[in-house]
Amino acid sequence: MANVTLTAEEQHMFEGQPRGFPFGDFDLEDVMLPENDDMGIASDTDDDAQEEDVQAESGFANVLVVDNLPAVPPEKYEKLTAILTKIFSGPGRIREGGLFHPQDDSTKMSKGYAFVEYENAEQAKAALAALNGYQLDKAHKFAATLYDECDRIAKVPEEYAEPEDRHYTPGENLLDWLSDKRGRDQFVARYGDETEVCWNDAPKQQEESVYKRSFWTEAFVEWSPSGGVLATVHRQGVALWGGKSFGRLQRVGHPGVQRLLFSPCESYMLTFSEFPDNRGRPHFVAHVWEVRTGKRLRTFDGPHDEYAVGALARPDRGMRWPTFRWSGGVGGAPVFLAHMKKNAISVYEAPEMVMLDKKSVKLENIEDWEWSPNAADNTLVAYQAEQGNLPARVALVHLPGREELRQKNLFSVAGIKMTWHPEGDYLAVQVDKWTKTKKSTTTNFELFSIREKDIPIDMLELPNKSEKILQFAWEPRGSRFALLHGEGTRPSVSIYNMKDTKSSSGARGVVLLHTMTNKQCTSLHWSPSGRFLLLAGLGGGHNGVLEFWDTEEMTLLSAGEHFMAQEVQWDPTGRYVATIVNAAAAMENGFQIWSFSGQALYKTSHDRFFQLLWRPRPPSLLSGEKQREIVKNLRKYSKRYEEEDEALLAQADTEFLAERERQLSEWRQWVESRQAVAEAADAFARAQLGERFRSHEEFVVTEVEVSVVLDVKEEAVKH
Amino acid sequence: MRPYVLQGHTRPLNQVVFNAEGDLLVTCGKDSKINLWWADNGVRAGSFDGHNGVVWTVDMTYDSKVLLSAAGDSSARLWSMEDGSELFRFRFNEPARACRFSVGEKLAAVSTDPFMNSVSAIRLFNIAADPADQSAEEILNLTGPRGRITRLHWTDQNRTLLSSSEDGMVRRWDVETGKCLAEKQLHEKQVMDMQMSTDGTHFITASTDRTSKLVDTQTFEVLKEYKSAAPINSAAMSPIFDHVLIGGGQDAAAVTTTAAKAGYFEARFFHKVFQEEFAQARGHFSPINSVAFSPDGTSFVTGAEEGNVRLHHFDADYFQIGDRI
Repeated sequence: MANVTLTAEEQHMFEGQPRGFPFGDFDLEDVMLPENDDMGIASDTDDDAQEEDVQAESGFANVLVVDNLPAVPPEKYEKLTAILTKIFSGPGRIREGGLFHPQDDSTKMSKGYAFVEYENAEQAKAALAALNGYQLDKAHKFAATLYDECDRIAKVPEEYAEPEDRHYTPGENLLDWLSDKRGRDQFVARYGDETEVCWNDAPKQQEESVYKRSFWTEAFVEWSPSGGVLATVHRQGVALWGGKSFGRLQRVGHPGVQRLLFSPCESYMLTFSEFPDNRGRPHFVAHVWEVRTGKRLRTFDGPHDEYAVGALARPDRGMRWPTFRWSGGVGGAPVFLAHMKKNAISVYEAPEMVMLDKKSVKLENIEDWEWSPNAADNTLVAYQAEQGNLPARVALVHLPGREELRQKNLFSVAGIKMTWHPEGDYLAVQVDKWTKTKKSTTTNFELFSIREKDIPIDMLELPNKSEKILQFAWEPRGSRFALLHGEGTRPSVSIYNMKDTKSSSGARGVVLLHTMTNKQCTSLHWSPSGRFLLLAGLGGGHNGVLEFWDTEEMTLLSAGEHFMAQEVQWDPTGRYVATIVNAAAAMENGFQIWSFSGQALYKTSHDRFFQLLWRPRPPSLLSGEKQREIVKNLRKYSKRYEEEDEALLAQADTEFLAERERQLSEWRQWVESRQAVAEAADAFARAQLGERFRSHEEFVVTEVEVSVVLDVKEEAVKH
Repeated sequence: MRPYVLQGHTRPLNQVVFNAEGDLLVTCGKDSKINLWWADNGVRAGSFDGHNGVVWTVDMTYDSKVLLSAAGDSSARLWSMEDGSELFRFRFNEPARACRFSVGEKLAAVSTDPFMNSVSAIRLFNIAADPADQSAEEILNLTGPRGRITRLHWTDQNRTLLSSSEDGMVRRWDVETGKCLAEKQLHEKQVMDMQMSTDGTHFITASTDRTSKLVDTQTFEVLKEYKSAAPINSAAMSPIFDHVLIGGGQDAAAVTTTAAKAGYFEARFFHKVFQEEFAQARGHFSPINSVAFSPDGTSFVTGAEEGNVRLHHFDADYFQIGDRI
């Protein structure tokens, strides 16, 4: 290479560039890149060629063939061509010389068809729609076909071939996981790039992987309400998976889908997305799908403000989720999808998805509403705000009949919160009322007993009416509820019963069972089977302290801690509960499984832990009576299961020990195999160190007594 | 097992090491001090004063007469362990980090950090039998890898050198030719510590990627892996039992942002074969930077960011149950 000397100025100019390159005088055009190496720079000329290819396809996408034209002699040919040109250029622009109207060479009659070349494929398609079936006169109705289609049609074999019989292959049993011999439950966990479905094998104190897949979803996953299918959310839409092998059952397209809502019966699904439109206002699209076929039943699509009303309106003019709510489909009840709008609720019945009785349910000044969680009830509660002289109102409406089951008028309302009992047996309405000065509010509860005659309402006030209510939680499958109330970081928990169990008749009447003060608790979590209540102190400053209470005996079963826990999730049977630290926390990501009584069973850590969802179970097929009978004779049944559990544990123990034994012997073998190396190293060290070498066996401890004269002083001693 | 807390450093500890006999303990830290302690009672026997920069690592001769130290003041020094005087000084243009005598102490290796225009290097020196004859002549200079070299070990009868570095690699060097014979990416993040087993057949690494690995010296094959929830700064192996001791904790810079419990400042014992944690020793209130077992396996020592050294002597029952764990 030629030696290039640069001036100091030039050197400064090309600082940081490779040395020895003549940056001073070189022409970009002179640069010769190695052949077949684009140096990571894609050529733009190559690309162009490719693009053109894509457009052209067969090259005839913009050509239309029109048949059934009148066949005319040469003298009329010019006129007909002129007429045709006019008709054909209606739906699109014909290219110059793009109309080819052939004549027979011998008879000079026109052949009765024409080729029309449009400017592009879109125009040709538009023309196809317009010209196909165009009635020129009584005898001539145009038959238009895209040129590309002609090819295909021409290729159709002359003879009809019987299509092959398609054999029905039964799909996998979607309820397969319920037939687990040991009655275990499944959950899905999402961490890192992985999504994994696991058994919760609590007796063995570990999870057992069922199915694992990387990049299974681009957003999140969700079980259907009875656990039959798992929905994975992708940029393009939603895919549904199920059965033993987690094969794909169905997929639906909804670009940019953000939310997902199954009907309680799992038959229908609503997908929802919301994005700002070009003016920056939120715009939403919601599709309703039939799960089994993947058929789209209906699409809801803005204007936004029609849906974002009352309590569902967000400050940014968007709407709060869930805007749409499902009900029914269980126990023969019709399936309804409903949403609130101004002064009404619109209810649609699946699968036709037409508005019920073609008109909305009129509810003046409606603020908020909620379906009863008991899907068979088809009952909704609506809160209508105060309006002029009209008081605020809470009304229970039954559908499809629209009859009002019960209503309650309320005055000087500041805010309302409605909480349904999970079985739809009760409804709690928390009413915040303005004091006379309108400066502060007091709180009371209106408690509806839905299952009793005429739906009686009980009023409940806390001893301190101005106390803040943090959470109201109904006991599933029971009549109790728990209240989290108070100020500051250490609120109180009160447990009430809607039935007075002390009186012999079990008559209705709200009874305070117990109040626990000064609890480090931010949320209440009832076991899905009732009776057991978990008090959790989640999030910042609480460090995940947990208290497991038995509300039957009103005793603390145990207290625990899952440091940094943010979420609590009971399994569907109420036997186990998971506490979760998700990726919102920088460290400690993972989950811990506890028994209902607060025994810590096992802990699994995964970096970047996002989601844990227990697989829900469908409702029991046993009648309520039968279930009660089983609970009564639990001892009889439990013996068998206890024995099974013990056998299992013994087996697990032996497996565990065998595994350890194997690991240990493997290690010993390895150490053995390196024996020669170790001996050589030892010998070398001895040789190198010579007489300095002392092995530990030769090391001798000797006690040495050292006496040092510190000071000498002469003293006269008197005798 | 009440530990002795040795408070002889005012700044974070970098390394704690026992001598070959196990009666002496040497600690060095960021306060540029090197302290010498009696290992049985934690009384300070003396100090080696003279460095004016962070002292990263130290090594001792087999007969505990000479101490080698590598420091951030761009020097490595030889000290007399009998009277604490400085015997010799190797001067560099870069901070020195790892140092190690060869088996037999005829050679020493010192690593220097990348600094200004120089890359990281391992320098070999002859060690004279009489300190008066010591020369500063560098007999070999191994360069190449990026990232600081954190630990060095002489292996294969002084024919090769192992180095661990901050790019997560462990490399084997030929000390005759200066070539890199083998390298392996053992960790995703920097390797903070690498300690050799007594028989030299395997070594243990500690990394801020929150794992510690047991590696075959010959093949660099990972035999076992120990996981922690926080970065690991140091790992040691018990010379008598199949136990592994790891120390670390949440990065000192992030400690104040989380609760004390999340720091993981405990020293943790793992079973070497089953890779399961079975015990912890609490006491430090900042990340542990260095851990070491005494050569007879009866005690261990931990040195932490807060400047404290904790010297633990195992209880009698450790030796009864030790085998069974």
